[in-house]
Amino acid sequence: MQLTPNSSSASKPVGLTNRLGGFIDRTFQYWTIAPLVITLLLLVVYPIFQLVRMSVSEVDIVIGRAVWEFVGLKHLETALQDPVVPVALKNTLVFVIAVVIIETLLALTISILVSRSKHLVGLYRTVLLIPLLVPPIAIGTMWRLMYDYNYGFINQVLAVFGSAGLTWTADPKLAMPSVIVVDLWHWTSFMFLIILAGLESLPQEVNEAARVDGATESQILRFITLPLLRPTLVTAIMLRTIFAFKVFDEIFLLTGGGPGTATEVISLYIYDVFSGQFRLGYASFLALGLALIISIFVIFYRRLGRRAQL
Amino acid sequence: MKKISIEPFFRHGFLMFVVVFTLVPIFFTLATSLKLFRDIISGSLAFTPTLVNYQRLFDPSQSNFLRLTLNSLVAAVGTMVVVLTVASLAAYSLSHFRWHSLWSGLLLGAILFIHMLPPVTFLGPFYLIARSLNIYDTVLAVIMGHIILNLPTATWILLDFFADIPKELEEAAMVDGANRFQALTQVLLPMIQPGIAAAGALAFIFSWRDFLFSLTLTSTPRGMTIPVGISSFVQEYSIRYGEMAAGAFFAMIPALLMVAFAQRFIIKGLTLGALKG
Repeated sequence: MQLTPNSSSASKPVGLTNRLGGFIDRTFQYWTIAPLVITLLLLVVYPIFQLVRMSVSEVDIVIGRAVWEFVGLKHLETALQDPVVPVALKNTLVFVIAVVIIETLLALTISILVSRSKHLVGLYRTVLLIPLLVPPIAIGTMWRLMYDYNYGFINQVLAVFGSAGLTWTADPKLAMPSVIVVDLWHWTSFMFLIILAGLESLPQEVNEAARVDGATESQILRFITLPLLRPTLVTAIMLRTIFAFKVFDEIFLLTGGGPGTATEVISLYIYDVFSGQFRLGYASFLALGLALIISIFVIFYRRLGRRAQL
Repeated sequence: MKKISIEPFFRHGFLMFVVVFTLVPIFFTLATSLKLFRDIISGSLAFTPTLVNYQRLFDPSQSNFLRLTLNSLVAAVGTMVVVLTVASLAAYSLSHFRWHSLWSGLLLGAILFIHMLPPVTFLGPFYLIARSLNIYDTVLAVIMGHIILNLPTATWILLDFFADIPKELEEAAMVDGANRFQALTQVLLPMIQPGIAAAGALAFIFSWRDFLFSLTLTSTPRGMTIPVGISSFVQEYSIRYGEMAAGAFFAMIPALLMVAFAQRFIIKGLTLGALKG
């Protein structure tokens, strides 16, 4: 019933639709990229512009609205005099260097051992995938239960051997190593997956040939596998280094940066300045500094990546 | 020449140690979540399992965890839908049309850049955006943060899948009378279903996992997600071990399901995401 009035003028809209359709088809390339461009403009370009603006301003929220005051390089002066900044930088470096070195060695060992195995490979792969997908806050919670002084698993096991147990995350000397162990639990798998993928893509013929020539397994590993694996290792190490700067959730939950400032890493300190002290401008200045450090790493990483492809 | 080697015993011994080290915290958390408080204190291996911690967690009169679960689900599904739409269209455009390397390089460079930047960089600006749009303390604000967390990996995965589809297929569909949009939705997208599944699963899980954005862009159970709820258990004056463990284990369930059922997709997605950068 409702269709009848349209039938008389049917030819015109069809022509229009066709022309419109042709136009959309010819420019389809741009229509399909548009959502990404808009998303990047709104959620990346504009926020980074805001970040730069905030880092030279004092920003307050008054009755739900932001009030801006330009302060120039005041936050730089504050940062240079802030006693926590060098501590947080030092802790971050200690953390990043320690986890990257240990995780690389561990993951390399595990992936070489797995690649030599015929049995149980599925089990190893499955179990090692779990830490990568579990929420970091759940990882923090699990390890808080593990480390708990009174009821934790580790001290309960130590008690069996007659030891009194330790205050793992509350001891200024033990807190950082305890946090690092949790990171090993979480991130070794990431390195393992990348390195194993690299190992599996290596040509097997070279190993066979070397074996025929009488090379031992350790010689093959040292003179063939490791050199061939170098590009993968470089990628994995660079990526892991960049990601290690992001660490936040687990430390937030395990120690909150403490005791004192023993595990205060840069992300945690920025969050504290932002949320605890509510100094939006200063927090943004520190965040911008961190972003610049990471950018240098990323540029360096791209250079390495390009060279590896040649 | 050939000797009986003891190497496999050491090899599997070491790998088994890694497996046990990985599983112990999970089992200990599961066990704690099934214990009454007196069993948690006694620390004995034998205990009568109880679901009381989970019941308390999901009882709306005692805890807001049910609301947080709903928020987490909405955030994860919302993020997944937005990210899949934006990323699949962009991946199609970048792989099926000729782009000047300046433009494609700029876009892919920006994507790499946000993948590398610590999320803490975005806290201040996102907070102001959420305030000015009046979406502070809503799931919408959380989704905004989660989009940039997930866009890079999803784009890389889908680019990889689109690259494998020959351009002739699209042309064939268009010869048959389809326009480009129809060719995309009815011919190309069905062909990369595994890629969409992998990208979608990862977007879901990485939204579900996130803590920082939800922590800073929400302040009440109105917009909060599960990880923030769990962290508040820990910070309370007297730690509620049982509920804390139950919350943590519950939060792990999607991850465990993915590992059990979608492992191949996930491994491919994760390594692709890592190596594309």
